Amino acid sequence: MIAMLVQLFVSYLKIGFFGFGGGYAMLSLIHSEVVVRNGWLTNGEFSDIVAISQMTPGPIAINSATYIGYEVAGIWGSVVATTAVCLPALTIMMLLTRFFLRLRDNRYVQGVVQGMRPVVVGMIASAALLLIFPASDDGRSFIDGWSWAIFGLTLLGSWRKINPILLIVVAGIAGVLIYGL
Amino acid sequence: MRALAEILWSFLKIGAFTFGGGYAMIPLIQHEVINHRRWLREGEFVELLTIAQAAPGPIALNTAVFVGYKLRGYSGALAAVMGVVVPSFVIILAVAMFFADIRDNVWVDAAFRGMRPAVVALIVAPIVGLARGLNVWLMAVAATTALVVWYFGISPVWFLLAGAVGGVLWAAKRGKEAQR
Repeated sequence: MIAMLVQLFVSYLKIGFFGFGGGYAMLSLIHSEVVVRNGWLTNGEFSDIVAISQMTPGPIAINSATYIGYEVAGIWGSVVATTAVCLPALTIMMLLTRFFLRLRDNRYVQGVVQGMRPVVVGMIASAALLLIFPASDDGRSFIDGWSWAIFGLTLLGSWRKINPILLIVVAGIAGVLIYGL
Repeated sequence: MRALAEILWSFLKIGAFTFGGGYAMIPLIQHEVINHRRWLREGEFVELLTIAQAAPGPIALNTAVFVGYKLRGYSGALAAVMGVVVPSFVIILAVAMFFADIRDNVWVDAAFRGMRPAVVALIVAPIVGLARGLNVWLMAVAATTALVVWYFGISPVWFLLAGAVGGVLWAAKRGKEAQR
């Protein structure tokens, strides 16, 4: 149990520390720790948590920490993972609040920020690829033509700035109509 | 000095109502800390967004630290973080406890089958806009990152580090050229 809590703490500390680019970019990092490295969740469960996070308030990194912490080690697991994911932001932001404005125009600081930008875009794309073409058959996001239809319509809706929560809810209702009846 | 309770309460509200996360919550924060509480001026808010985006971690969390720290130092930062985290923690914990019992329900399963491709679409949607700002070389870096992380399961952390190092080297080279 203690070993599990330590592992959760380390994984979420890493996710918090390297979580550049926010939300969707952090997904590939979370996936890498939670599905690939530790096998705490399957691809399907991971995708379900992303869906749940979209419908509940709060940043996805925190939501996933709380949820996965609970799955892996109960309430203490949630507390440990959630605390761990917040610690880097807490310390780094306090430092930056004091020093960043002086550093912002520094050439090398600019270089670091610029150099990570394309990587963050790639991380978002990898999160999408991981969900479309998972390593195992278990928990595929795309199971038939309907899946691709829902994907296409949601993409269009998102480009038209329709509220993402609404899009997820509509997709859920479509799922019930298509697969439940 | 601002009361810690005031900071906690403001960020509880922000934490409880920021669905979808990230950029969706910026108007809400803006309203609360600028118009309602008058804790920051417009200029400071722009400064805040710049820093919150450069730092790792969710933007909501970074924003909370910045505002809390400016107002009351360490304890202010901690109060603001508690505010943002507690609503999502409580709600997700309830979902996690309850979800296991309903996950195998036929209707719930059907709903999730519909939601999964929609989730992927929401992740894909911003990529086009983000990629537009990159030149051919940077796009190649983005594509390589995406393919290697996906196909070989290599942690994206290595790519972030490589990107940071590459950026510093590029900045150094540019600096030398500028000196000439």
